[in-house]
Amino acid sequence: MKKKSQKLTIFLFLLPALLLFVGLLISPIIMSIYYSLFEWNGMNSEMNFIGLGNYSEMFSSDLIRFGNALKNSLILAALSVFLQLPFSLALALALGKKIKGERFFLSVYFMPVLISTVVIGQLWLKIYNPDYGIINSALRGLGLLGEKDSILWLGDKDLALGAVFVPTLWQYVGYHMLLLYAGVKSVSPELREAAKLDGATEGQVNRYVVIPSIKPIIKVSVIFAVTGSLKSYDLIYVLTNGGPLQATEVPSTIMIKQLFLSNRYGLGSAMAVMLIALCFFFAILIGFIFKERDIYGKK
Amino acid sequence: MERNDKMDAKVSDDALKVDLSKYTVKKTNKGLKVAIFIGLIMWALINLFPIYWMFTFSLKTNAEIFGENTVGLPREWKWENYNNALFGKTARRIPGIDYSDEDNKPFELPKLIRYFLNSLFITVTTILISLIAALMATYAMTRIKWKLSGAMNALFMLGLTIPIHASLLPVYFTMSKLGVLDTYTSLIIPYSAFSLSMSILICSGFMEDIPKELDEAACIDGCGPWKIFFKVIVPLMKPAVATIGIYTFLQCWNELMFANQFITKGDKKTLPVGIQQLSGQYLTEWGPIGAGLVIATFPTLIVYIFLSKRIQDSFIAGAVKG
Repeated sequence: MKKKSQKLTIFLFLLPALLLFVGLLISPIIMSIYYSLFEWNGMNSEMNFIGLGNYSEMFSSDLIRFGNALKNSLILAALSVFLQLPFSLALALALGKKIKGERFFLSVYFMPVLISTVVIGQLWLKIYNPDYGIINSALRGLGLLGEKDSILWLGDKDLALGAVFVPTLWQYVGYHMLLLYAGVKSVSPELREAAKLDGATEGQVNRYVVIPSIKPIIKVSVIFAVTGSLKSYDLIYVLTNGGPLQATEVPSTIMIKQLFLSNRYGLGSAMAVMLIALCFFFAILIGFIFKERDIYGKK
Repeated sequence: MERNDKMDAKVSDDALKVDLSKYTVKKTNKGLKVAIFIGLIMWALINLFPIYWMFTFSLKTNAEIFGENTVGLPREWKWENYNNALFGKTARRIPGIDYSDEDNKPFELPKLIRYFLNSLFITVTTILISLIAALMATYAMTRIKWKLSGAMNALFMLGLTIPIHASLLPVYFTMSKLGVLDTYTSLIIPYSAFSLSMSILICSGFMEDIPKELDEAACIDGCGPWKIFFKVIVPLMKPAVATIGIYTFLQCWNELMFANQFITKGDKKTLPVGIQQLSGQYLTEWGPIGAGLVIATFPTLIVYIFLSKRIQDSFIAGAVKG
């Protein structure tokens, strides 16, 4: 009798969370996988089973160019891992050794993370503005750009991708820095002292003591950088929405267009499933790489 | 600390006559230190400048922004820009269009105050729902002993890594079938679900710190699980409430993908969508756009100024455990 009532209590306590979780996170994934197997062009239209047709169309179609979008987001991921992270790590290491104004710098660097991406996007639209933006104005002031000339940072198909990546990378430097900083701070001072007594320079302490001990956090940062790049949407939507000539298209912008502009529900769902699969794949892959390289045999 | 170690080294040296040079701590290059400091200041300026620029151009006229005074403080503080952005007072007319023609009506200007209040309502309701659900679930998983509590917790933690992209279409259909698209509900429910995993994670951290003896004492006094939950646990969870509130606030306040698709008609739009609309309609008039950006940003920044440490800690906790 008592056992039964306890089961009921547990169930009732879990009920609200379970309803939300299963209803809005778990079952939608299953439904998306199901939808992705159909050719389906509207809420009331017929669903035709086409197996993996959507998945092959996604990569083969010259109009949709999902592969191109995926390539763009992988470039972003690479930049993020090989430029943004090392830079964030350098900041974290610099801040980690009781520098003057440590709290101030930390708080300022983290600030862009908290500001809405729409605001950041709108702000950078103004910064990049061909006629009045501060970048072109500064270039004119320095004489690098003629008075009447202007660079279309977001309108030129060769420049746009780079121009879109700059604010994306800039905004999240603070996030990675904060995580890595927390790691650097958790390295025991005794360990640093010992290394210094053995004659290690600051650089060597960082290289041989601090970085190896914060490997788990670096792993988390790398996973966030890569999955975040794959999922990126807001800033690109605000800045270019994939244009010009699909130059800045990423998987999410294509997915939203297929779902809500073209009403290609099957194809859009296939893209959503693909994105999830890729995120999990990369998370597992990165975990594996870090495990292999860890010379200490610990997690 | 450092001095202590040095002294130890010296003592052992005297006693054992070891080569002293092996034990000198290398001083960091002074020049390098200064260079690092200057670098840190530069990066701080790069982070602060766009925000400073946004504040100043929100108070300027186009003439100032576009030439005379691009980066300085505004000469004439044009608070009117805020009035326009918030209440959409000035009628917007495009040159070259004949407004005496009945068919050409001036734009209906977005009133950000409305979107601001919408966002506020959606955010606060989401925080409440996800908080209550998380507190209850965490209580069941950490304070009551049962076989599958660990597995259940692992299931909830999956939510930290699942991208919300897959939810977009199925949830859109569900909301459409329930007839709640273009209402607050269509965003509050998904937002609550998406912030749930993080809320549970934060809750468990705090709840595990509450001694089990408290529950036992209450139990002996004849309290049932519900009474223990409400009278003992919930009052002790205040710090968790603050952390969860901040985290959820940031998620909802800035969300764009769902807000953009689920509320397309009427006046229930959220602030990020409203900002997009505002900049679309003011096009070349930067002042009111800047004002809109500031309006969307300042609640976050004010909270951040007062709670920066706690906000940073909640992000660290989320990442390290997730």
